[in-house]
Amino acid sequence: MPVRVSLFVTCIVDQLFPKIGLAMADVLERAGCRVDFPEDQTCCGQPAYNSGYRREAAQVARHFLRVFESADYVVVPSGSCTSMITHHYEDLFQKDPEWAERARRLAPRVWEFSQFLLEVLKIDDVGAHLNKVVTYHDSCHALRELKIQDGPRRLLKKVRGLELREMDTAGECCGFGGTFSVKLPEISGAMLQVKLASILRTGAQAVVSVDASCLMQIRGALSRAGVPVQTLHLAEVLASR
Amino acid sequence: MSREFILHRVRTALGRSAAQAPPPAPEVELRIRELPLKQRIEIFSAALEKLGGRTCVAGSAEEARTYAARLVEGKRAVASNAPLLADCGLTSLPGVQSGFSNALELRRALETADVGITGADYALAETGSLVLLASASEARLISLLPPVHLAVVSKERLLAGLDELVTLLPDPAAATSALVIITGPSRTADIEQILVRGVHGPREVHVLLI
Amino acid sequence: MSPSPLVQIRQTLADPGLQAAIYSSTGRLVEKRRQAVSESDPAEFERWREQAREIKKHTLENLDYYLERLEERLTARGVKVLWAKDGGEVTDFVLRLARERNARLIVKSKSMTTEEIHLTDRLQEAGLEALETDLGEYIVQLAGQRPSHIVAPALHLTRYQIGDLFHERLGVEREVVPEKQTLIARRTLREKFLAADIGITGANFLVAEAGLVVVVENEGNARLSSSIPRVHIVIAGIEKLIPRTSDLAIFLKLLGRSATGQPLTVYTSLLGGPRLAGELDGPEEVYLVLLDNGRTRLLADRAKRQSLYCIRCGACLNHCPVYRKIGGHSYPWVYSGPIGAIITPQFHGLLEDAWLPYASSLCGACAEVCPVKIDIPQILLDLRWESVKAKVREGSNRLERWAFGVWAWVMCHPRLYELASLFSSAITTSEGDGWLKSVPAPFNAGPIRNWLSQRDLPPPPAKTFRQLWRERRGRGLS
Repeated sequence: MPVRVSLFVTCIVDQLFPKIGLAMADVLERAGCRVDFPEDQTCCGQPAYNSGYRREAAQVARHFLRVFESADYVVVPSGSCTSMITHHYEDLFQKDPEWAERARRLAPRVWEFSQFLLEVLKIDDVGAHLNKVVTYHDSCHALRELKIQDGPRRLLKKVRGLELREMDTAGECCGFGGTFSVKLPEISGAMLQVKLASILRTGAQAVVSVDASCLMQIRGALSRAGVPVQTLHLAEVLASR
Repeated sequence: MSREFILHRVRTALGRSAAQAPPPAPEVELRIRELPLKQRIEIFSAALEKLGGRTCVAGSAEEARTYAARLVEGKRAVASNAPLLADCGLTSLPGVQSGFSNALELRRALETADVGITGADYALAETGSLVLLASASEARLISLLPPVHLAVVSKERLLAGLDELVTLLPDPAAATSALVIITGPSRTADIEQILVRGVHGPREVHVLLI
Repeated sequence: MSPSPLVQIRQTLADPGLQAAIYSSTGRLVEKRRQAVSESDPAEFERWREQAREIKKHTLENLDYYLERLEERLTARGVKVLWAKDGGEVTDFVLRLARERNARLIVKSKSMTTEEIHLTDRLQEAGLEALETDLGEYIVQLAGQRPSHIVAPALHLTRYQIGDLFHERLGVEREVVPEKQTLIARRTLREKFLAADIGITGANFLVAEAGLVVVVENEGNARLSSSIPRVHIVIAGIEKLIPRTSDLAIFLKLLGRSATGQPLTVYTSLLGGPRLAGELDGPEEVYLVLLDNGRTRLLADRAKRQSLYCIRCGACLNHCPVYRKIGGHSYPWVYSGPIGAIITPQFHGLLEDAWLPYASSLCGACAEVCPVKIDIPQILLDLRWESVKAKVREGSNRLERWAFGVWAWVMCHPRLYELASLFSSAITTSEGDGWLKSVPAPFNAGPIRNWLSQRDLPPPPAKTFRQLWRERRGRGLS
């Protein structure tokens, strides 16, 4: 019986980096899953929650729950969106036991992509092939809220032709932080420069992460500096043949 | 002053009433390692050395005296009234003043002393620390004012570590106005994070285990 | 955001020397902590953190009881315990006591609590000589500046700046070797210690059942301040309490390692009161001033009460990528870094420094290292929410509120959402893969302009995911 997976691609992937969503679908289908894309999906509500707009975030969260409640599994190419759903929705519905319960019931079925591969499908080799030297950036929510650290590295090590080089600040924030990046751009930019220097020191050709928002931040700086280092979402690496 | 005001605010904040008994405090997990003396001495010496201090294990009072003699040669030293110091003959070394019972005289002597010699009530192996309780035989400033501190401790007072100390002494202030745990020489890294020893306290700490 | 914090932040970011000093100093402390934790057993370290949190939680939930116990025990040993609701009461008391004792010279060891109430400044204004004696604090005091880090106050100054400072303010030869500079300070301050009338210290912990004032340090100046002058005054926030001496062991093991990677700091003093009969030194009078200054307000907030667990180790500062760039002086209050970001609004009001809770990417590095497991990111999120509500009440921030309202509405209406994305792909002006270095007016405003000030913008793709997905479905690929 194939595993039925509903994709929550996240608004940033949907709008700006669709290839990440397609890559994730490819990998999941190749692994034998039946993948669907609930068309009514939009956002998990994190931007509003992080900015202090809980009422607005709760509205969006309720929409999310309605769209995905009946899914077997929801797989997400983002650590921060996943943790928003699994760790913070309860916070949003503190005064609303009915929705809190609905959030609680869905949470165990919502998975960040790499964790889904390793812990649900129990595979670490998806048959990928990519001749590249890469370095891995630990996105903060993935690392600290979901404890994602070893998993993506394991998956990357199984990619044929891939060389993984660790940067010396892998676990340090890239400076995105959602609206932080535009509310306090100078600080965000300064943090980003630290990350950039660290990436360049590895000599890697690409930076890999499980969060498109971090990749957008990092790629933005690489582009501004005219540095030809790529950014790739883990899904894109794993979908490579 | 504002005692009642503050207590009232605290109680209001917590929803507690005056004289309401608290629930029991949470358990604290202390770990007292069972270590044979030889190991304790090794651990202590290694820990103290890492901090820039020196340990000498003296097999006899004579050995202790010899070590101390080298340290105080040509220098001015002040020793506390700890009986152990006299027993080891340290107080009779040339240049060593001791037996102070007058606070002012002690202070004056300490202002120009090069070496302060004290006993110690305990030592802690895990951290290379000395534990001194202020008393009539142990003035606070002897281990603090001079640039060199020599402490003589009896081996049987060498505990495993902090956990053992707090277990033995749950009520330190019953016996003293000041218990100090001294872990190596005085130090700072306040200037460009560069380690400098001997800021306000001694820059050298020597421990004689006897 | 009011202009002045941004000015300081920009200045700091633009100063390469300062950037290097802040980043390397904090980096060193990060590494020291990491070493110390791995040398103890990391699993045991985690248990200590958990216990420390539980102890603090219990103590604060029953704070009135423990305050009274402490007062009882200390009073029995001749300590005079006073209660001050704010800094003014502390200052009044110290000045009154100084007058009564004809005191002229006061020596002080490092205490964030006294900085919080600007005690030293007030004493000096009143004509007393009040000296900071912690080397870093002494340097910063001479320079007329604020300390920039809880544990390393002079981390923003170089040895050359310090050499100049000593030369100018102490009249000594210009010396740039740190060891020699330290000796200069030692000599100068030793004279002061020996002549001081009053010594003032803070307290790292107050042990209720045993009636102890616990002061930890590396230099020896707190021991000197609390042993030489006839009068010793301890000023401590009411949140410093812990129940038992055995609890102290847990906290001491956490504090040194978290702050500087030391299993124990050089001097840990457990003080019980004035010198006992027979003792040859030690103060004749000891006063403990318990300070509220707003702490009871934090205590009342169940969710944010944990902010008071803080043991002032500085680990959150050292690990915070924001602090490591903007430094301590960019924060509006004496408490900087993540802990400063959460307590400042609670003490001073949300709208006072409204930008502060937002000056974080919520990376969580602070919570990971906090020895008492304060959930700083969650408190920041709570403060942001409260800030938004406060602004609603005040009637400000209308544009942002409206924007999020519209955003939420669109996000709840998938068809509208799809329409919006069509709009965004229509405005793309780049061909191929190139990221955008600029966008045409009127889009180069607000958030987009802020984004572009630091990095390029991704070009909206020709097709969104859902469009591509439909095509893929159409091609029978799924």
